[in-house]
Amino acid sequence: MKQTLIIAIRFTLITTLLLGILYPLAITAFAHLVFPNKADGQLISRNGQLIGSRIIGQSFAADRYFHGRPSAAGNGYDATSSGGSNLAPSSQKLLTRIQADAAKYQQEANGQTVPIDLVTASGSGLDPDITPAAALFQVRHIAQIRGLDESVVRNLVMAHIQPRQFGILGEPRVNVLELNLALDALQQH
Amino acid sequence: MTGNGWLQFLLFSFVLILLMRPLGLYMARVFQGERTFMDPVLGPIERLLYRLFGVRPDEEMSWSQYTIAVLLFSIVSMLLTYFIERAQHWLPWNPQHFAGIVPDLAWNTAASFTTNTNWQSYSGEAVMSYFTQMVGLAYHNFLSAAVGIAVAIALVRGIARRESKTIGNFWVDATRSVLYVLLPLCIICAGLLVQQGVVQNLKPYTTVTTVEHQTQTLAQGPVASQEAIKMLGTNGGGFFGANSAHPFENPTPFTNFLEMLSIFIIPAALTVALGKMTGSPGHGWAVFACMAVLFAAGFATAYWAEAQPHPLLHGIDQHATSLQAGGNMEGKEVRFGISQSALFATVTTDASCGAINSQFDSFTSLGGMVPLVNIMLGEVVFGGVGSGLYGVLIYVVLAVFIAGLMVGRTPEYLGKKIEAYDVKMSMLYVLIFPLVILVFTAISSLLPMGLNALGNNGPHGLTEILYAFTSGAGNNGSAFGGLSTNTHWYNVSLGFTMLIGRFLMMVPVLALAGNLARKKSVPPSPGTFPVHTSLFTVLLTGIILIVGALTFFSVLSLGPTLEHLLLRAGQLF
Repeated sequence: MKQTLIIAIRFTLITTLLLGILYPLAITAFAHLVFPNKADGQLISRNGQLIGSRIIGQSFAADRYFHGRPSAAGNGYDATSSGGSNLAPSSQKLLTRIQADAAKYQQEANGQTVPIDLVTASGSGLDPDITPAAALFQVRHIAQIRGLDESVVRNLVMAHIQPRQFGILGEPRVNVLELNLALDALQQH
Repeated sequence: MTGNGWLQFLLFSFVLILLMRPLGLYMARVFQGERTFMDPVLGPIERLLYRLFGVRPDEEMSWSQYTIAVLLFSIVSMLLTYFIERAQHWLPWNPQHFAGIVPDLAWNTAASFTTNTNWQSYSGEAVMSYFTQMVGLAYHNFLSAAVGIAVAIALVRGIARRESKTIGNFWVDATRSVLYVLLPLCIICAGLLVQQGVVQNLKPYTTVTTVEHQTQTLAQGPVASQEAIKMLGTNGGGFFGANSAHPFENPTPFTNFLEMLSIFIIPAALTVALGKMTGSPGHGWAVFACMAVLFAAGFATAYWAEAQPHPLLHGIDQHATSLQAGGNMEGKEVRFGISQSALFATVTTDASCGAINSQFDSFTSLGGMVPLVNIMLGEVVFGGVGSGLYGVLIYVVLAVFIAGLMVGRTPEYLGKKIEAYDVKMSMLYVLIFPLVILVFTAISSLLPMGLNALGNNGPHGLTEILYAFTSGAGNNGSAFGGLSTNTHWYNVSLGFTMLIGRFLMMVPVLALAGNLARKKSVPPSPGTFPVHTSLFTVLLTGIILIVGALTFFSVLSLGPTLEHLLLRAGQLF
């Protein structure tokens, strides 16, 4: 028993050094040598200033931008407090929230039905994407606000649709941050 | 539901079947102590490790020695993790200057990671330093998986050996699990994850000014290295609060595919190793077939339920088209849609993983019942790394026993007579599990300290509590996240639930292994029930479903079933 205990302690300390320290440090070194940008979170800067990560959603409230999904992370898109709403489909609170958001969107879109992802919170609260349906749904309103031709905005959305990975995995999607940056770039020239 | 959604399921199953055989045969060689192609590299490291541990690798253990080694190692490593958490403010790699973890949370988390559960009453990015994540938590992701594999292999040896007093050497089995199986697979997976965009750094959190001039702080960390073992060891403890829904943990549909595959690959390969090591490949396949059937049924139910439109929403387009996945998107990510979310939910609870890529609390009543029932069946559909195999072997013993009763002969399993002691140990394993779940659920549903934590009312609230203790006892770790469990009551009670669900269930397994190992082998007779036929698969599947249904039917009626019926009738809470 005592001998087993001594082995247990030596086993724990040595494997901790190997798996708890050497292994993650080796992977970190590899990541920084081979994929430095991805290892740091694919940060994007504009005019020399960091404005976000390509794969972390951020809040867009203004009418001139495509909106992402509602977020339950902190006070919305808080990337130090990821998570979902955890509201059940039988929750009155959830139904009230969804119908209120949907009513606003419907008003902007002459009563069209609202794509479901635009009024539901994601699991992470940091979803960087919306569905192509949700992006196209917002085209007319944004073209109007920005004084752009509807077809220009629509083509921009079409160009930003990422198809399923390898043609089969996941779902088609539109990255909201990239789309909005392209939208801004469109009007700078 | 869409054709593509089903195609993704078929592709996943195909790749799994393709990879499990070579890995299973390789693992059988590893645990029979035979030479493998990794020996030239790993052999010297392995021998050096034994010298450092002070272990003589050829010294075999009886079942009780094996049990003592498992328990002593688990206590020592659990204590180390507890103290790392408590002292993280004095330790390196804490760029956010997080304080030490308070005692009840540190206890819960140490128990959680030691038992391969990875229940999380905390949100990683808000309280845990990089050092705690790497050295305290990811370490257990390796070793709790290795312990699971070791115990499963010990049981398989018990079945395969004749008149033997010993069932292997725990230190050797654990070392070889880590060195030959887990670590090489982890290095490959971590590399692929980084390439796809999973972050891996030790930097302080990044602060950015968003397009709309708000400040956003991006949590960082050594995620890819931890993500790889989190999946391969069926641990499931997320680096971040949102687990595999977080884009830094699971950025693309391919990483999602890889993570699901990592969960299933070792448990599936172990069925091949079972066939190989007992000299009955057909038996391995029969067990695999039972698991495959239950897996497909779970996915079909979850996918169907989550693709349904919500009956009470108006003015919202919930139908699947080429432009959107439709269905129940609350708590789900756009890049995964319904199919990959339902598949992940099924895989993570068939196995004892518990990672999530969508929030189960927001699943439809019936969709959310699938992960719950998967855990209640004992996580034997592939199951946890090692624990899935020994869990299903317990059911195999029961199936053989019941078949024996039906024809009135002494039951035999691969040449071993199954006698009273073996059945008692198996029943002990089967009974401890519901006992701890139902007792703690009942207490929590009665006391204010249990009810104050609820995130949703009505029958869904009962499901939240039931899910927490089921997940704890099953060492799964996924949650109906609305329940706020970072309280004294839940931290302490769930800590005990997890330890009981792991170690009280492991002891009967090792006792069974020891008892089977010392038996003589009898040649098969016309009365022997064959364990490699489709009839056996049907019987085994039936036993698993009947035991699960008899145990949990009533409480499931009061939770998800009632919620479903009331919602159809227009009742909200």
